[in-house]
Parts: sequence; structure tokens; C-alpha cells
Amino acid sequence: MSAHGITRADLQAVNLPRRRLVNRLMQALATLAAAIAVAALVLIVWSVAKRGASALNLDLLTRDPAPFSFTPVKQGLENAFVGSLVLVGLATAMALPVGLLVAVYLTEYARPAIRSSVSLVLDVLNGVPAIVIGIFVYGLLVLGHGQSGWAGAFALACLMLPLVTRSTMEVLVLVPSSLREASLGLGIPRWRTTLSIVLPQTIGGVVTGTVLAVARIAGETAPLLFTSSIVGSQTSWSPTHALQSVPVAIFELSEQADPGSHARAWAAAFVLLLFILFTSLAGRWVATRNRRRLSTSR
Amino acid sequence: MSITIEPTVKVEPRRKELPPRERLERIFHVEDLDALYSGKPAVKSVTMEIYRNLVTAIIGPSGCGKSTFIRCLNRMNDLVAGFSMTGTIRYHGQDICGADIDPVAVRRHIGMVFQRPNPFPKSIYDNVAWGLRVLGMKDSLDDRVERALMQAALWDEVKDRLKASALSLSGGQQQRLCIARAIAVEPDVVLMDEPASALDPIATSAIEQLMNDLKREYTFVIVTHNMQQAARVADMTAFFSISRGNEGQRFGQLVEYDATRKIFTAPSDSRTEDYVTGRFG
Repeated sequence: MSAHGITRADLQAVNLPRRRLVNRLMQALATLAAAIAVAALVLIVWSVAKRGASALNLDLLTRDPAPFSFTPVKQGLENAFVGSLVLVGLATAMALPVGLLVAVYLTEYARPAIRSSVSLVLDVLNGVPAIVIGIFVYGLLVLGHGQSGWAGAFALACLMLPLVTRSTMEVLVLVPSSLREASLGLGIPRWRTTLSIVLPQTIGGVVTGTVLAVARIAGETAPLLFTSSIVGSQTSWSPTHALQSVPVAIFELSEQADPGSHARAWAAAFVLLLFILFTSLAGRWVATRNRRRLSTSR
Repeated sequence: MSITIEPTVKVEPRRKELPPRERLERIFHVEDLDALYSGKPAVKSVTMEIYRNLVTAIIGPSGCGKSTFIRCLNRMNDLVAGFSMTGTIRYHGQDICGADIDPVAVRRHIGMVFQRPNPFPKSIYDNVAWGLRVLGMKDSLDDRVERALMQAALWDEVKDRLKASALSLSGGQQQRLCIARAIAVEPDVVLMDEPASALDPIATSAIEQLMNDLKREYTFVIVTHNMQQAARVADMTAFFSISRGNEGQRFGQLVEYDATRKIFTAPSDSRTEDYVTGRFG
């Protein structure tokens, strides 16, 4: 018995075996949940790889689809890969500058009330189903003008805009305000401070956000169905008419009867998956590197 | 029982007597300044004059509005959401709060050094040169950079590694670099907001020394919570204190403003005396 009246029983664990059991059980459940998440990805990659491997060759990237014939012809999906490249490139060219400007406005200039309401709007836009964006752009650009690569790229840009803006805002708020003050205190105008001092600090984050957004929209099918899907089998780089894209091509091939088409669809899916995996990893790598640099500098 | 209070702060005896105030050139004339954050006063009815080529110290307890006050002098508070002010601040006779005044132009003449060193994530050279370039002072850039670094007593330590990152410097060196950056663009006044609060005594004394050396060319206004520092560097000292309004709200007020020697040896207000003798923290 100590001076405070504490006995050993006060410090002893109550009902230890049961608590140990519950602890083990919960840990096992949590581990299982994590394993399921990883297994889902592994299963998807594995099944896509297994089914697509037979059709995965250079022809897939360098030849256009051929019309149906009873004898096997060498054919591929060059038109879809080129189309996706053009669509995603144009969408990035549209969404990136606008997203950057929106982010700069919201973090550097907007009043708090405006900032929070526009941020909310961006989050809602981010949550709008892709098919709705597709219908919107269909009504806006396709009706009366016909499908085009521009319309498809615009639809993808609508999906990309909130992603780019949000990720840019996240890094902009990390730039310490003392840096802004340092520049403004020298009598340097606000725009120059933003351009030369604040924005260079965010390049890593902007690149990451853009790369992740590219990875996301490269796999989007729904917005393109209405805007850039009625296509021939010729490779084209021009966005003035509808362009084939990888996700839409996969969708169309999967609806055909020919097993060769199915194999090509799986192969294209595998290439798309690899592209998304690698861009996401690259984006994350840039992000970590950049975060480390920012944290050592302050 | 009466207690005689020994001043805990010794004022440097070598300091020359100031000429009478009428003979000093007025650089700032602040009249009845109220500074408010979201409508709540932080500083109320400050009236004071700041003189050219002197070091003026602003002392007072935490929360008395020292920083708010000097950030009014170069319109730095404009950047704070919800800030507003009333009263006038004349700088060389011009009201710098007028609607037609560009705060960027004001800050061009009234530079600032902040509490924590905030060098740009650029090289040592570029930290000083960037402002010069942007402000169009591109002639003999190297000389200007060297001169500013010399004035900030940093040149000897960095002359062999001007291309190195400014972030590789120690805290005290970074702060001197920030001073070099501020004086390189040849301001008229340099405002210092507790420039030594994050520094060790050696770095602090280097900064005090350079203020003393540079006041022939510039006018310094320094906020400090360190009374010894005020006693060492300042010609004039203003003591701010916290007052309570009718509804119990707290705000800062200028209590006494006089020659530093007078503030520390024979203050006329009992609150100043309490503060400088350490009876009030």
C-alpha cells in the first residue's frame, strides 16, 4: 500500500483475455480489408494482362483496325491511341491554364467567402457524373455542329478542371505567407510576387496534380460517347472531326462477336491500365520529392 | 514604505545627446491613428512623429499593437483581411493612406525586415539581386549586391558562395541577408519588426551594430520586446501599453514617446517606469 492509497489491483488490467481477443479480431479484420483492396487491384491487372497478352504486340499501336474478313489480317488500334493522345493533350491544354488561374485567384486574391463558395462549386463539379458532362457538352457543342475532337477534349477538360484547380490550391496555401511579405515589403507588385515568388514554389504540386488528372481522364469513356465516338478506322491527328479514343474503342470492340476484337480490347485495356499506373506513380514521385523540398526550405 | 527603483536597463553612456526635436527632420507624422481588425481596435489614437536618420524603437508588452503600428507605416496591413484604419499617417508630409496612393509605391520607399528571416528560396546573390532587377535597378548589379551585403555585415561570410542557396545560411545570416535585400533597393526607411527575436545574442549584436552604422543613410523603426536592445540601439523610444476600453476590450496605446535616455532613466509616466524597471511584464 503506497501513500496515495493505490493498490496493485487499481493498476491491473481488467478482463485481459477478452480484450486481447477483441484486439486480435479487429486487427485481423482491418488487415483483411486492406488485403481486399490490394487484391482487387491485383486481380484487375492480372485478368486484364492475361486476356490481353495474346493481342499485345506492336501492331496494336501501329496499325489501324481493318474491316471484318474471314482470313486473319494484321490490325491494331493506332487510331484509338493517337486519338486519346490528341484528346487528352488538348484537354490538358485547356484545363491547365484555366485551373492554374482559378487556383491563383482563389488562394491569392479572393475574399474568404468567395473562396469557400467557389471551392464548393469545384467540389460539386468534381462529383458530377462523367456522363452528365458528356450530355452537357453534347448539347453545347455537338448539337448542330456534329461530333469533334474539340468537343471531346472540352468534355474531358471539364472533368480535369476541378482536379487541377484543387491540387494547385493545395500547394499554393502551403507557400508561407512570409515569402509573399518578403517580396511585397520590397515594393514589388502583387502580380509579380505571385508570378515570380509564389508560383515557382508550386511547380512540383502542379505537375503532380496535372499528371494525376491526366491519368484519370485518359480512362474516361462516358464524356466521349456523346462527343467524339462516331469515327472511321483511319488514324487522324485532327480534332476538327470525331477522334477514336482507347476507352471508347474498348467499349465498341467488347460489343463485337469476333473473339479477335475481344482480345484487342483486352490488350488496349492493358496498355491503358499500364499508362495510368505509370503516370500515377510518376505523379506521386514528383509530389514526394517536392514535399520534401518544401519542408526543408521552411 | 517607499522603494527606490534602480533601472534594470543601463543606457549606453556614450550616446550623444539628441538635438532638440524641432531641429530634427520629420519623416513620419502619425496623427490619431486607430488600427482595427474586423472592427476591433488593436491600436488606438496614436500620435507621434518619427525623425530622419534616427533609430526609433517601439517597445511594449505582447499584444500592445507594436507590430500592427509599424505595419501601418508601409501599408503592410492592407494584406490582412478585415483590417481597417482611421487617422492620418504623413510621410514627408504626404498622406499615405489616401485613396490615390499605391501601397506598392509606398513600400518601395519604406522597406521592411520581418520577425523571422524569410529569404527567398534562391541563391544568396539572387536574394539581393532579384528585387533590384524587378525594380529596374539593373545597372552595376554586382556592385549593388556587394555593397548591400557589406552594409549588412554579411559580405565576408558569403563572398565565396554567392551562388549557394540562401536557405543554407544560419538564422542570423539569413536575417542579415534579409536586411541586405531590404537596403539594396535603397529605401528611405527600414521598418524592423522584432528582427532579432529568433536570433542568438551574437547575431543580434551584429544586427544592432549594423543599424548603428547605417542610420546615417537610412531611418530605422524597430519593434522590439527586448528593452536592453531598445536601450542599445534606439535614439528615440516609444512605449506602447495595453489599455482597457469601457466594455473591457483591450487595445494598444502609445503611453510615452521620448529620447531613449529619458524613457529609461526618467520616464514621465508611471506605466513606462513600471515597464522599464521590470515591475510589469
